[in-house]
Amino acid sequence: MRLDGDGLIDRSRPLAFTFDGRQHLGFEGDTLASALMGAGVKVVARSFKYHRPRGVFTAGSEEPNALVTLGHGAGQEPNARATMVELYEGLQAFGQNAWPSVEFDLMAVNDLGAPFLGAGFYYKTFMWPRAFWEKVYEPVIRRAAGLGTLSRKTGPERWERAFAHCDVLVIGAGPSGLMAAMTAAEAGADVILAEEDTRAGGRLNAEVEEVDGQAGHAWAEAMRVRLAAMGNVRVMTRTAVVGGYDQGTYAALERLATEADRALKGCFWRIVAKRSVLAAGAIERPVAFANNDRPGVMMAGALRAYVNRWRVCPGRRVAVFANSDAGHRTARDLKAAGVHVSALIDARADAVCDLDVPFYAGGQVCGTVGRKGVEAVRFRQGDRIEAVQADVLAMSGGWNPSVHLSCHMGGRPVWDEGLAAFLPREGAVPGMRYAGAAMGAFSTRGCLESGAAAGRAVVEDLGLQAVEAPVPGAEDGTYEITPFWHVPGKGRSWLDFQNDVTVKDVTLAAQENFTSVEHMKRYTTQGMAPDQGKNSNVAALAVLADATGRGIAETGTTTFRPPYVPVPIAAMGAGAKGKGFAPERFTTSHAASVARNAPMIEAGLWYRPSYFPKAGETQWRQSCDREVRMVRDHVGICDVSTLGKIDVQGPDAAAFLDFLYTGMMSTLKVGRVRYGLMLRVDGHVMDDGTCARLGDRHFLVSTTTAAAGQVMRHMEFAHQVLRPDLDVRFASVTEQWAQFAVAGPKSRTLLEEVVGQALGNEDWPFMACGDVRTGGIGARLFRISFSGELAYEIAVPSRYGAALFDLLVEKAEAREGGPYGMEALNVMRIEKGFITHAEIHGRTTAFDIGMQGMMSDRKDFIGKAMAARPGLMDEDRAQLVGLKPVGAVKELIAGAHLFAPGAEAVSETDEGYITSVAFSPMLGHVIGLGFLARGRARIGEHVRMVEHLKGSATLCEVVAPGGFDPEGGRMRG
Amino acid sequence: MRFSGLRVLREGLTGNRGWQAHWRDASPKDAYDVVIIGGGGHGLSTAYYLAREHGITNVAVLEKGYLGGGNVGRNTTIVRANYFLPGNSEFYSHSLKLWEGLEQELNYNVMHSQRGQIVVFHSDGQRDAAIRRGNAMRNQGDDAELLSVAQLKKVLPYLDYAQARFPIYGGLLQRRAGTARHDAVAWGYARGASDRGVDLIQNCEVTGIDIEGGVVKGVQTSRGAIRAKKVAVIVAGRSSQVAAMAGMRLPIESHVLQAFVTEGLKPCIDHVVSFGMGHFYISQSDKGGLVFGGDLDMYASYAARGNLPLVEHVMEAGMTLMPMIGQAKVLRSWGGIMDMSPDGSPIIDRAPVEGLYLNCGWCYGGFKAVPGSGHCMAHLVATDRPHKAAERLRLDRFRTGRGLMDEEGTGAQHNLH
Amino acid sequence: MRLPCPICGERDRREFYYAGHAVALERPGEGAGAKAWDDYVHNRENPCGETRDLWFHESGCGAWLVVTRDTASHAVLSAVLAEEAAR
Repeated sequence: MRLDGDGLIDRSRPLAFTFDGRQHLGFEGDTLASALMGAGVKVVARSFKYHRPRGVFTAGSEEPNALVTLGHGAGQEPNARATMVELYEGLQAFGQNAWPSVEFDLMAVNDLGAPFLGAGFYYKTFMWPRAFWEKVYEPVIRRAAGLGTLSRKTGPERWERAFAHCDVLVIGAGPSGLMAAMTAAEAGADVILAEEDTRAGGRLNAEVEEVDGQAGHAWAEAMRVRLAAMGNVRVMTRTAVVGGYDQGTYAALERLATEADRALKGCFWRIVAKRSVLAAGAIERPVAFANNDRPGVMMAGALRAYVNRWRVCPGRRVAVFANSDAGHRTARDLKAAGVHVSALIDARADAVCDLDVPFYAGGQVCGTVGRKGVEAVRFRQGDRIEAVQADVLAMSGGWNPSVHLSCHMGGRPVWDEGLAAFLPREGAVPGMRYAGAAMGAFSTRGCLESGAAAGRAVVEDLGLQAVEAPVPGAEDGTYEITPFWHVPGKGRSWLDFQNDVTVKDVTLAAQENFTSVEHMKRYTTQGMAPDQGKNSNVAALAVLADATGRGIAETGTTTFRPPYVPVPIAAMGAGAKGKGFAPERFTTSHAASVARNAPMIEAGLWYRPSYFPKAGETQWRQSCDREVRMVRDHVGICDVSTLGKIDVQGPDAAAFLDFLYTGMMSTLKVGRVRYGLMLRVDGHVMDDGTCARLGDRHFLVSTTTAAAGQVMRHMEFAHQVLRPDLDVRFASVTEQWAQFAVAGPKSRTLLEEVVGQALGNEDWPFMACGDVRTGGIGARLFRISFSGELAYEIAVPSRYGAALFDLLVEKAEAREGGPYGMEALNVMRIEKGFITHAEIHGRTTAFDIGMQGMMSDRKDFIGKAMAARPGLMDEDRAQLVGLKPVGAVKELIAGAHLFAPGAEAVSETDEGYITSVAFSPMLGHVIGLGFLARGRARIGEHVRMVEHLKGSATLCEVVAPGGFDPEGGRMRG
Repeated sequence: MRFSGLRVLREGLTGNRGWQAHWRDASPKDAYDVVIIGGGGHGLSTAYYLAREHGITNVAVLEKGYLGGGNVGRNTTIVRANYFLPGNSEFYSHSLKLWEGLEQELNYNVMHSQRGQIVVFHSDGQRDAAIRRGNAMRNQGDDAELLSVAQLKKVLPYLDYAQARFPIYGGLLQRRAGTARHDAVAWGYARGASDRGVDLIQNCEVTGIDIEGGVVKGVQTSRGAIRAKKVAVIVAGRSSQVAAMAGMRLPIESHVLQAFVTEGLKPCIDHVVSFGMGHFYISQSDKGGLVFGGDLDMYASYAARGNLPLVEHVMEAGMTLMPMIGQAKVLRSWGGIMDMSPDGSPIIDRAPVEGLYLNCGWCYGGFKAVPGSGHCMAHLVATDRPHKAAERLRLDRFRTGRGLMDEEGTGAQHNLH
Repeated sequence: MRLPCPICGERDRREFYYAGHAVALERPGEGAGAKAWDDYVHNRENPCGETRDLWFHESGCGAWLVVTRDTASHAVLSAVLAEEAAR
């Protein structure tokens, strides 16, 4: 129900919303939780296991009960905490984990089975018959488990990611955070003040206590305004700092104010701070007693927030139960708001009360009565059990400082007997200081003072001068608490409301020897729900400590892990949906290829044309076969710019390349190109490519498309780490040069036209290179061939790439030629037995591909020593061979394995596998490359290809790789 | 005490007062036939199979923390046998067979769920590699199926087939792959070993290994000296420290691997799904949380926690593959210490010291190996001969280059596997 | 995690490529023998605590760095150019 008075809501701005289809009204400033409370909705959710009805329990992000689904359809958001959802016009919320509704849930039948569904029951049953696990038990368990539902569709929501840097990050804008931020800012530090709530103030927004003679929330707002006006301060409300990482890096989730039709939800921040102040406050903890989970039972501090800030109360008659002055404070505020207090039960026997309410010192609540909400509260005082009528029970078991972020780097909190709470450990996070309730300062004045002190400490760390300023006056009450976790008695007493973990579950775990706190957690699931035990962990380990006869300090805590509050995957992975996952690299001929309807396929980050379909060609093989014949008979143009190009220069360039390649590059003549292999340090092939000598001290190394980055890194390593003595410099020029293969018998005449000079074998023999000119610009020409044809590659600065491609294609078309794509390129290289990364897949040696002769014995090179290991030169290794089907089935399948004819196709008889397959239009049959044990010695033998997945098998003849023009006459022609 | 549905009913009706300790906490004796250093999944299963298969029960498992507190309690719970290189193939195949029926074997519901794993591929080259892998699996006697895009769309309708940066070409399915409840595996083996007389000793840190004349004599611990005829080192990410006590330097570098879990959701992902264009794998736990992970953080670490670049990269991979998970919220991230070997494959072998046995190099695939590793390790310790399924998991393969098992093809850089 | 590149200043971890222990600086001679090469390529001290490892500022200046770091706490103690450390 809604109370009179102002609070921090704007009654002039009513907002309509629905819950489970029913229309309600709230106000600007409401959360969904306060609005539901104002509308009199009590049951907002059902519990995880027993489907117990549940009401709003807290007023913050630790909320264990009030999880709802927002919206419906593709963008629906499951498991939204109603306490953190800002109300907006048209909001639609739905109860979840219930059928047909949270109000009336048939699944509540589970509650009757509770005696059989205790901690870990599932480890002891569901084992017979064996096949029933996947077929019966697990599907039933899965359907019963889980909370909300994902739409299984791509939602429209969008997030952003950003970096921020500052001197001081202040986490939390309650009284201590505000003071810390102001102190640091006035000393000149760059400050980020992050606050999870929509407004600064923290508990000041929930309490009636004054600061500096004005309402606490008004003081906080004034401070926020002052801070925001300073040039060196950034105040970030709606921003939860969720994780602490190395070297002062913090993760924070900023939510935008919700609006019905806005797709942008917020931003995931990476904040780098030289220093930080943890002023995250504290979380009030519940007490375990029978049926303490009924709707209407809630935290006392939360109830004060609802009454004071939002002017709502979930009932008309409130009983209060506490073990500190929190009870008195709550009863006082309720009375002031005109709410009937039916009992104030204080667990401390010596407590006194000056309020006009029924007061029971030394009382302990031992149960609640009711069905879908509290109707009465039963409590014990001395040896009497009494009951009072109440529809709300506000409880407080004390406060747990929010130490979480101090523990994200492995630090463990320290148990403080006096405060009966864990406090953050000094120095647990480099550069982090603590302030306010987060370090156990529980009075307002204490928070203000410790905030100012933390602010001074961090500015001094930074070498700045703190400005002396008085700390505002505020209440400075002492925090006297009798630790109190659990009221013994019959019935189930909840610890973890979300996962339905009760005191009995924890004691059962101890009985079954799950006495380590980690074992207890894992066995009972205590603390593993969305609140990650924020409400319940300390009480649970107190119960465990009791059950095992140890102290709380000795029992210890489980590990605090990021994130502090749940963070959507979409926020942390913002921008990666669809194409955003990786950059796209385009060649200069991309547009021209697309204009010719070439399907573009991914090659690493690049896109390359698959083939260039002509009218009448309905499937890729037609185009591919045509392009192969076109190149072999006439001329073809292919963009090869994606291959890595590394420009190497310096007096020691040749010596450096000798160290990199297995072969000698220092003996290469200027104007010549040599094929080369690079090995990894472990002796396996890393990459192959060409090395062109452009000058005495100037080389151009080419790499495969896939390994360009790796080779560049490897070269930097070889130079900086292994051979810094060599005077050599190099740079990747992959993107600076557009390069095109011009291949086929007519390539020479075509290029002679383009470069305006003769390219005969005398001046431009096979493997020659040099400078040429075309269209008035300098270009490079290489007579190299990946097709086995007479071929060249011509390179121009990238800005001329598109023009040159058009020119080359035009001239090719005039000669019955044209562009060709990756499919034809692949067919032709298989026809020639040339390898790609399908063959040099990281496990092959030079020996395996028949290039052991390229490993020079006249010099050291990277990988040489390890390549000489006996296992890498073993004759039994699988060696590169060509394959040709000779059985009834005329197909080969890449990835199929090879066996001796007649051998059963099993691991023990496995002799190799096929790496590359193509139909050769020139040879008129399918050809393959593969690796076969002792393959080079088996040319002419038959082996059997078996492919289990498609169910294909055929007999193949082992042939030498490269059946087309084996002498290479065309290439040299 | 035998577990059964009937027992759960009976105990439920009598206040659950009859349940007993799942395992016995022991104090160390002066001497054992076998001391196992490490009370994780592999150590506990080794102890179990030593007792179960070889009748060797005078065994102590020494655990410096709590049982199952290492990687067996912090993984993404995936169980599969989809390797393609000799050595890995037969070993993981053997392990998967032990998984099948593990509940009945241990009388403990480890919830081994053969829900199927699908590795999605995104290019012709990846498809060929998947075919090679699938055939290796079939040759080994395990199951594998190739799914076309049309088939994949029926099974995994929620993948982004239309807009993704790397289009989906198909998938490789292993139906017998799946998940298991990781903690329960450790507890089940602990209970089985303890029932057969093995001493499980928690909070007992090994501080030294006693060796005389090249022969192991026992260990020094935080709870005193313990003599032993044989000592098995099964400590995953801590292998280098324990091996150093025996004067050895191992081919291991310890790295951090992070993993993530979301809040509970109604069933939406019914398989284990792996992305082929970036490290990302995901499944949904029976409780409803999406459990997922990706690559290593890629720096040597013992901190059991990681950093944001990897966190974000994993989320990015998830968002491009299956954007529907965007509305799921991550509850918790954590890290484990991975014993990365130079070829990404494990070592189960005798050490150069007599009576000392090594079990390490699991990289981040150790969970599915728990039954097989324990089974083969127990065989090695008991008989001094390698089990047939693990005879290729040799320590000297790096020196000789024989039988390397570099599934990723990334070479001898520990973190790249 | 952030690393102090001697050339660029402190930079985020995502700009760097990691390549393992700085033992890589001590490349054995060609004929050093199988054991020396095995130790160089495979075997690692793998300390829990202070270590020296190699990082490549791949998305920055392109320098290979030798970083002194604590593998238990992730504290970064120093970074020098590998080129200088190797000389």
